[in-house]
Amino acid sequence: MSLATRREGRTKLPPEEPSIPQRRGGTGAYWIYLLPGFALLLVVVIVPLVWNLYLTFTKWKGVRTPEFIGLENWQKILTDGDFWTSFTNSVWMIIAMVVVPTIVGLIVAALLFDVVGRKFGGRVGSFLRATYYLPQILPIAVAGIVIGWIVRPGGDGALNQILGALGLPAYDWLGQMPSALIVLMVVMVWVQLGYPVVVFMAALQRVDPELYEAAELDGANWLQRFTSITASIIRPEIFVVTLTCTIAALKVFGPVYIITRGGPAGATLVPAYYAYQEFFTKRNVGYGATIATVLTIVVVIVSIIFIRVQNSLERKERAGL
Amino acid sequence: MHATTAIVTGTPGKARPRGGMTKKRPVDWLLLALVVVGAVLVIAPFYLVLVNSFKSPVDYATSGPLALPEALDFGGIIKFWERVNFPEKVWNSILIAGVVSVLAVVISMLNAFAIGIGRIRGRSWIVLLFLMANLLPQEALLYPLYFMFKSVGLYDNVWAVIIVFTVIQAAFGTYLLSSVYGTFPKEILEAASLDGASRWQILWRVVFPISRPTLSVLLIFFFIWTWNEFLIPLTFLASNANQTVPVAISVLQGDRLMDVTTTSASALLGIIPTLIFFLIFQRTLTRGITAGAVK
Repeated sequence: MSLATRREGRTKLPPEEPSIPQRRGGTGAYWIYLLPGFALLLVVVIVPLVWNLYLTFTKWKGVRTPEFIGLENWQKILTDGDFWTSFTNSVWMIIAMVVVPTIVGLIVAALLFDVVGRKFGGRVGSFLRATYYLPQILPIAVAGIVIGWIVRPGGDGALNQILGALGLPAYDWLGQMPSALIVLMVVMVWVQLGYPVVVFMAALQRVDPELYEAAELDGANWLQRFTSITASIIRPEIFVVTLTCTIAALKVFGPVYIITRGGPAGATLVPAYYAYQEFFTKRNVGYGATIATVLTIVVVIVSIIFIRVQNSLERKERAGL
Repeated sequence: MHATTAIVTGTPGKARPRGGMTKKRPVDWLLLALVVVGAVLVIAPFYLVLVNSFKSPVDYATSGPLALPEALDFGGIIKFWERVNFPEKVWNSILIAGVVSVLAVVISMLNAFAIGIGRIRGRSWIVLLFLMANLLPQEALLYPLYFMFKSVGLYDNVWAVIIVFTVIQAAFGTYLLSSVYGTFPKEILEAASLDGASRWQILWRVVFPISRPTLSVLLIFFFIWTWNEFLIPLTFLASNANQTVPVAISVLQGDRLMDVTTTSASALLGIIPTLIFFLIFQRTLTRGITAGAVK
């Protein structure tokens, strides 16, 4: 989850000054405490990651030895329509998991804090906040099953039954585009919304109520107060939410596996599911590794861009003060 | 920082003074209604799952998904419970998530002790290196790990999943705890050191007890995150007897024999354990979330 990078002074680890129990052997002796963690990291992350990169240059069915084929997988990926579909669908996942939840979450958090919390009491606010947060704690697989059951094709799916009661014909929600992708997106909005709501509500506690009162006296309406005070103060949280949710959107796997299996005809394919399919269904391990590597590169680039942009905004802000 | 302090000391954030609770304009009621409608939409699927889990298939066919059950029918729940051997799956999930959360907290603490308190050289890079485990798509590790576990005989063994998630969760724990320990009161460490305590003793007798509230937040988070994981358990736990709750339920989805009420019951049984955690740890969860984000 949170890969927070906030105002520099806070996120960066403490400055490298010589410190505390320094008597025997200086800080070097602390290395020994890193050994178990580092050994595990080596075995579970570093070695497999390098191995996976090597596999991208091979053709391998998972048995016997991998056959070295140079850049063939990398050439194939450039002209692979399914691969490009999967990344286009990542953009849709970003809309469903980042753009919509952040905007709606901001509105809900502001309403809960400002209107519900202030006028109707904190308990009502906390209760509603918990309600919005509920889908977040569900295992994503179970969330997928819940929705998969609701949109079940034929007459016995819950949604189709409701349609039937209204006199409308049953609809094959997952069998065609664009409804299959829309169903997937709605699920992700439902699952994700609680995260920004909770984070933004916590952030709003930092806003000094006197600022609001002063603005109110100056005749600023709610929207003006919201854009000029609230939005600027909770910007670090907006940044954290967009970064963590973008990474999650790029990596999404469970709901696709459960609800659509990438279908109909590959139309809801996402990179993580595509790689999984190549690994375990089609047994094209080298090609699966290539897709996973591209996904990794995209995640790293997106993280670097986010952090860079955030840092430069911070610098500008400081220069402006 | 504010929130980090909150999880270290366990004090809730400063509440904003709330005035004018009585002055409610019509527009306030309208806005309240809007938020409530949103909340109802969010819990609507939970309602559907709940009411339909207790219906007989006939009842479902005649009364539709929205109505309350005519009579309580446990057929769907029993059918699902027996087919997946639910207690066994719950036990697997508890075992995996429990062992992972304890091991990951210990590893995080050892790492953070070296990084945050020991302030070893190049610590920013070391934190980044650890954080990679959390950031990378698991697919990029999946096949090599699958092959490694197969060759050492750990494939289809809960310990394969335990090892992987210990590393992944400890990565986040190292990141969070390192900055918490970076602000650990120096005076206490110096005093312990003057009293002749070794580093090992300082870690277990000073740092551990003082940071226990933070560690317990991490523990709960690791437990729930591991419980909810899907891809790695799906790949590494092939046989029925080793599966976790989410995997067991999803495997059954392909089963054409499952009628609609049994599917609903399976979703209900998948939700209940998490719902229990949620009710028990609600406060810790919200505190932890904000701590993770607002650091």
